Amino acid sequence: MGLTNPAIGNGADEVTTVAAVSPNWVTSRLDFLTNWARSNSLWPMPFGTACCAIEFMATAASRFDLARFGMERMSFSPRQADVLICAGRLPFKLAPVIRRIWDQMPQPKWSISMGACASTGGIFDNYSMVQGIDTIIPVDVYVPGCPPRPEGLIYGILLLQKKIRGETIADDMLRDEKLVGPSGLFLRPERVDELSEPFGNSVQQTRSS
Amino acid sequence: MTSPSPSVAALRAEFGTAVERHLVSCGQTVVYATRERAHDVLGWLRDTPGQEFNYLTDVTAVDYRDPERQLEVVYQLRSLGRKADLRLKVALDKRAPLEVRSVYDLWRGADWLEREVFDMFGVTFTGHPDLRRILMWETYAEGYPLRKDFPLRGHFSRAEQTRQALAANPEAHYSLEELSLAEAHGDLPQDMQERLARGERGFLK
Repeated sequence: MGLTNPAIGNGADEVTTVAAVSPNWVTSRLDFLTNWARSNSLWPMPFGTACCAIEFMATAASRFDLARFGMERMSFSPRQADVLICAGRLPFKLAPVIRRIWDQMPQPKWSISMGACASTGGIFDNYSMVQGIDTIIPVDVYVPGCPPRPEGLIYGILLLQKKIRGETIADDMLRDEKLVGPSGLFLRPERVDELSEPFGNSVQQTRSS
Repeated sequence: MTSPSPSVAALRAEFGTAVERHLVSCGQTVVYATRERAHDVLGWLRDTPGQEFNYLTDVTAVDYRDPERQLEVVYQLRSLGRKADLRLKVALDKRAPLEVRSVYDLWRGADWLEREVFDMFGVTFTGHPDLRRILMWETYAEGYPLRKDFPLRGHFSRAEQTRQALAANPEAHYSLEELSLAEAHGDLPQDMQERLARGERGFLK
């Protein structure tokens, strides 16, 4: 089951001893249970816009079988979803849409940026494409690839599960809603510019070319 | 096939100097018409027996790298019955307002094609019933992306582009029918009805 914590003894008298030594005993135990439940029943909200969505579908289908990780239920309603998977490039026209979906998802929630385009804008370093969805919503795991193979996405999901197992319910900051502020962005404008900066071959181009 | 389509001779006989020049490119006959007579030429090509170009394959435009060269609006025609193609171009002077008469009344399929040319090149199609952006969102303020003087990454900074995109409020620019909500509107919660009404394009007012 994975529910037994070897750090804890099994006699009642020992429990009081451990509690006396470590006042965090209850917290860590509850965290373990919560994180165990959360990480093994992630319901994905698929936001598929391009070829990454094909790989995502393959991941969910029988050969790679996402159900092995408790993710067999695709939640096409954001209100019942735990993890937003952005599979594919995100044009600026869809930016308010993904932001609305993210805002509609209840806490606790996580997001995976699948593929080069969702993570950085990829080859689409142009006027119409968001240069990484982390300028629109907070991202937990970036999966590289163009598109990533199902193994890559599954590795990303396992990393997300690992990340969830390290969380604690005592930390309110983890569940803070990072809303779009009065500036119209959820990050500082300089930060968005910095994240969107061209790299690789496209640094050869200027904004006027 | 290097000889021009027989439609060219018929067009010259019918319209004279309104047909400016023609050329054959990769087996495809290209005819240039003046902006003023282009609509007449296209209507004639559609309705005249022996021409019968009853299918408008595409409307698009070309902006050349040479700033002196005119912007060309391209009509690709097809006669489904005769299995023949014809390409008609209208050159527009970039110093004057980019305007050409809409062919929506000839081919209904021109609706979205002309909206796309308007969106990407800023060509105004007079007489089009619903000329607004189709690919970019309606409040897009950076200009016309396929013009050669448009920088690849746009005019604004990435932060400003992101801010404007997030402020776009896409629901405000679709009718209830486009959102498939018209029939269910009465059943929607009050706040949602108000939200739809706030940005509605005249449907609820």
